[in-house]
Amino acid sequence: MTIRNTLRDHGQRYRPRMACLKKAEKVVLEMQDPKTGVKSQPQRLVITTIPHAITGEDIIAWLADRFQIDAQEAKNLGTMLVALGYIYPIQDHKRLVIKPDASLYRFQTPYFWPAQQWPVEDTDYAIYLAKRNIRKKGLLELHEQEQYNRLHKWMNHKWDFIVMQAKEQYRAAKERKKPDRVVFECQERAYWVVHRPPPGTVSGMDYGLDRRIDPNGDEVKTPDYYERIMIFTQQSIMRPRVKSSVSIGALVKYCATYNSHDPFLSRSFPSNPWLTDDATYWTLNMPNVEMPTKMRVERWTFSFGELLSDPRGRNDFRLFLKKEFSGENLAFWEGCEDLKWGAAATMREKAEQIYKTFLARGAPRWINIDGKTMEVTVKGLKHPHRYVLDPAQTHIYMLMKKDSYGRYLKSPVFKDTLKKAICPEEHKFSDAQLEQNARTRRPSLSPIVLRQQEQELKAKMAASVDITQICRFTTPVPHLAVYSGISDFPSCNASPSLPFMANTPVCPSPISLALDSTSASERRAEPSEGDSDGNSGTRATVVGHVSKSRMALSLRRLLKRGCTPSNMFASLSPKCHSAAGTSSRIQPISPDQPSQAPPRRIGNFFQIKVDIPPECRIYPIESEDEEEENRSASRGGGVGAKEIICPWESLTPQNGTG
Amino acid sequence: MCDQTFVAVTFGPCESCGLASPLMNIYVKTDPLNYCSFCVEVMACKGLQRGETLTSLKNESESLKKKLEEERVKLNDVELHQVAEKIEVLGALSLKTRRVLKGHSNKVLCMDWCKDRRRIVSSSQDGKLIVWDAFTLNKEHGVSLPCTWVMACAYAPSGCAVACGGLDNKCSVIPLSLDSNENLAAKKKSVAMHTNYLSGCTFTNSDMQLLTSSGDGTCALWDVESGQLLQSFHGHTADVLSLDLAPSETGNTFVSGGSDKKSNVWDMRSGQNVQSFESHESDVNCVKYYPSGDAFASASDDSTCRFYDLRADREVAVYQKDSIIFGASTVDFSLSGRLLFAGYNDYTINVWDVLKGTRVSCLFGHENRISRVRVSPDGTALCSASWDNTLRIWA
Repeated sequence: MTIRNTLRDHGQRYRPRMACLKKAEKVVLEMQDPKTGVKSQPQRLVITTIPHAITGEDIIAWLADRFQIDAQEAKNLGTMLVALGYIYPIQDHKRLVIKPDASLYRFQTPYFWPAQQWPVEDTDYAIYLAKRNIRKKGLLELHEQEQYNRLHKWMNHKWDFIVMQAKEQYRAAKERKKPDRVVFECQERAYWVVHRPPPGTVSGMDYGLDRRIDPNGDEVKTPDYYERIMIFTQQSIMRPRVKSSVSIGALVKYCATYNSHDPFLSRSFPSNPWLTDDATYWTLNMPNVEMPTKMRVERWTFSFGELLSDPRGRNDFRLFLKKEFSGENLAFWEGCEDLKWGAAATMREKAEQIYKTFLARGAPRWINIDGKTMEVTVKGLKHPHRYVLDPAQTHIYMLMKKDSYGRYLKSPVFKDTLKKAICPEEHKFSDAQLEQNARTRRPSLSPIVLRQQEQELKAKMAASVDITQICRFTTPVPHLAVYSGISDFPSCNASPSLPFMANTPVCPSPISLALDSTSASERRAEPSEGDSDGNSGTRATVVGHVSKSRMALSLRRLLKRGCTPSNMFASLSPKCHSAAGTSSRIQPISPDQPSQAPPRRIGNFFQIKVDIPPECRIYPIESEDEEEENRSASRGGGVGAKEIICPWESLTPQNGTG
Repeated sequence: MCDQTFVAVTFGPCESCGLASPLMNIYVKTDPLNYCSFCVEVMACKGLQRGETLTSLKNESESLKKKLEEERVKLNDVELHQVAEKIEVLGALSLKTRRVLKGHSNKVLCMDWCKDRRRIVSSSQDGKLIVWDAFTLNKEHGVSLPCTWVMACAYAPSGCAVACGGLDNKCSVIPLSLDSNENLAAKKKSVAMHTNYLSGCTFTNSDMQLLTSSGDGTCALWDVESGQLLQSFHGHTADVLSLDLAPSETGNTFVSGGSDKKSNVWDMRSGQNVQSFESHESDVNCVKYYPSGDAFASASDDSTCRFYDLRADREVAVYQKDSIIFGASTVDFSLSGRLLFAGYNDYTINVWDVLKGTRVSCLFGHENRISRVRVSPDGTALCSASWDNTLRIWA
C-alpha cells in the first residue's frame, strides 16, 4: 500500500532553524545546576519514589528570579519549556503546562531533548508503541491504538523487525532496577507526548512548513556568486548616506509629531470604537467626509505626503490648486500614479494620454517641467514603461511640495477647512450605555458600495475638470500671462519691489468665467472665503493676495540661496536666449520671441531640492529655462493645441525641423 | 525623507545594450553605470577572467565588504538610545482583548486589514479564507480553497477583492461581492505563479498589481488583470518569508526578509537590490516599514527584533530580552511608530518602545504561536492571528 503524503509539498525538505532550542537548552542546564538551580528532592508518588522531582511553583519562582520577570511571564516561559519537552509533568502527563502549585515535574534527560537536525522517526514511534502494547497487554489509548494500526499498515514490510526491537527493549528494561525503569518509562512517554501529541492538543514542536532550501547548507560558491556580491557591494559603498544624528533625529521627530494621533498613546475623540463599541469615530473620519475633524486637518500639515494620502485632504488641495489655476500638476501626478500602479494592458494608452494631456507642446493641461527631465521623458516614451514618467512625476511632486503645499497651508482654502473642522466632544458612556453599545454594534456599508459611490463622484469631478480646461483654452491670452503659472514672476526683474501687483486686478473676466465652471463643491467654499477676506465677491483681490505672498515667498528663497536677485537674473537671461537658439526636439519649431518679458516659474529659478528615496543614483537637476520659453512662446503665439507631438507617432520629422 | 538635489535615472537606454529599459545603477570600481537587469546578469555570469581564481574573487569581495562597513561607520555619530534619552518615557499601556474571532478550524496563518478600518481577511492552514467584519464579528464571506497552508492573504486597497496563496504556489485574487451566499471560489483568478510556496503577498497602491514573495527565493510583481510578470526580484539565497511595501508615496521600494538571515530592500522599478542587512543570527520571519518609510523593523527566529535606518544604512536598535528565548514571527508599528508590536512563538505579543528599546508591555491570551500582528489602518486596534485557530483584536 502506498501512503500519500497528505501535505502537498514542492521540495520543501528542510526543517526551519529553531534558534530557540539552543537558548532553551542553556536555560534548562542552568536550572539543573546543583547550587543555583531549582531545588529538587525525591518525592513519593503513590507507591514509587521519584528522584529529583521539582514542583511547578519552584520552577516559576526560579524563572521569575533569574530573568526578573513577573509570575505570569515566568509561567508562560515554564510552560514553553514543558511544551518542548525539557521538563515533563509527572502526574497529568498529557497536559504540557506548568501549574503554579505543588504539582511535580522532572527534567528530561538530554537524550530526549528536541533537536533541529533530524526529524522524529516513525520507526522509533512504532517501536515505542509496540513496546507499550506489550506492557499494557494490548490496552493502548484510543489515539495510540489508531496510530499503532496505521503504522502497522504502513511499515508492514519491517513490522517483524519493529516487534523484535520492542521485545528486546522490553526485556532489557525489565532487568533494570525499578526506580530507573519507572523514570525511563516516564521520560520516553513524555518524549512521545511532545512529538506525537494526542489529537486536539497543541504541540510545542510544531514548526509549520518545511523550508525549500537547507538553512544549514552551504551555498555552492561559483564565480558569479562572488561577482554578484561585488556588484552589490560596490553600489552599496557608493550609496549616499545620511549622518546618523540627522536620520535618527528624523525618526524620533516623526514619533513626537504623531504622538497625539496614535490611538494607543493618546485618546481619540470622540472615542475609540473598539473600546466603546460606538462607531462615531469612523463615521466622522470617512474618507470623503464633508467636514473633517481638527485632528485630521492637523495631520495634513505634517507633510505633503500626508495631505496627498488622505482623500479628503487631496480634494482640499485640489480645490486650492484649481483656484490657483495649477490643478494640472496634481492631475498629472495622479495620472502618473495611475500609470505606475494601473493595469498593464492599458499602460501604453495611458502613457499616450498623459503625454497628450500634460506634456506635449500646447497640451490642454500643459505642465511645467525642466528640459532635462522632459528630454528623458520624451525619449522614454518611445517605449512606454510604467516608470517612464517617474522623473517628471518626481519633479512635479517636488514642485507641489516645495511650492504649492506651503502656499496651500497659508491659503484661505486651508484656513477655511481648518475653521470648519469639527472637534468632537469626548464620549462619556456609563457602564450601562457601554453594554447597550456592545449589544447593538452596527454593521457598516460594504467597501464595495463605497467604492461605487467614490467612482461616481470621480466621474462627476472629471466632468467638471473638462469644463475648466475648455475655459482655460478659450480665455484670451493676456490673462493667461497673469494666472497661468503657479508662481508667475513677471517684470519683477525690472523692479523687485512688487509693482506687478497692479497686473492682477486687470483680469476679472477669466476669473468669473472660471467661477462659472467650478464644481458645486468649490462653490460651497466660496462665500466663506469672501467673508474671511472681508471683501465681498471680487475674486481678483484674492488672487492678488495669493500672488503677493507668493512673491514674498520667492524673494525669501532667493535670499536664502544667497544670491541677490539682480545678478541671478543677469546670469539667467543670456542662457535663455542661447537655449532658445539651440533648440532641441521639444523646442517649438519657430519660437516667436515674446515681446515682453515672459512669465516665469519659480521652479526654474531655484534649484529644487528633490526629495527622493536614497536608493537610486542620480543626477542633478539642471535649472534650464527652455521649457518656460516654449510654453510662453507657444501660448503667446496661440498655436499650442494643434501641435501635439506624440513621440511614437512622428518623432523624426520633428527632430529634423527642430 | 531626505532632501537631495537630485533626480533619479531609472529609465532609459542601457549603457551596455542600448535598449530603453528600467535601469540598475551599479558601479564598476567607482565608475557609475546604468545597466538594464539583463546586462547586469550577463556581467555577473561572465565567469572567471584571466588571472582570477575563486580565491581571488573571494578575497576581493571580502575586502569590498570590509570597505562597506567602514563607509557605514563613518557617518555613525550617535546611537538611537542616546537621541531617545531626552524623550519622555511611555506610560503604562492598557491593552485588552476586545474581540475574539472564532471560525477557523485550523491554524490561522495570515490576516490583513481592509482600508475601511474594521474589516479583516484571514487565511488558515485548512485552506479556508474568511472575510470578517471584526467590529460586529460577522463573517461576511467564507471561501474554501483547494490548497492547504494559505500562508498569505491581502485585502485590496479598494476593499473589493482579496488575494491569497500558499502551498499551491499561486497567488489568486478573489473579487468580493455584496451577496454573501455567492460562491466566491468560482470567481477566483490565479494571478501569480511561483515555483514554490507563497509566503507573502500585498497589493501595491492599486488593485491592479500584486507583489508576492515565495519559498523559491524570489519576489515578484504581477499584473492582476493579465497575470503577467512585471518584475522579478532575485537576490535572496534561500526562502523569502515576508515582504512589506514602502508606505511613502514617493517610495518605489519594498523590503523582504528570508531564511538566508537577510533583509533586502528592493527598487521596484529596476528589480535591483539596493540595500541588504544581515545582522540577524537566524531566519528573518517578518519585515515591516516604519510609518515614515525611512526605516524598517524585522522579526527573527533568533528571538530578536531589529530596527534598521535606511538613510543611515545600518541597524540602529535591537529589541531583545534574556527571558525571551523563542523566535519572533511577526512585527508591526503603531501609527506614530513609537510602539513596535511583535508576535512570538512563545504565544505572547511583546510591545516595545521603538525609541528607547525597552519593553512596554506583554500581551497574553493566545494559546499557540502568533502568526501575524497587524495594526489597523487608523491605528485604533491591533489584530493578532494565531495558530490557536483564533484572531484577537486588542485595543
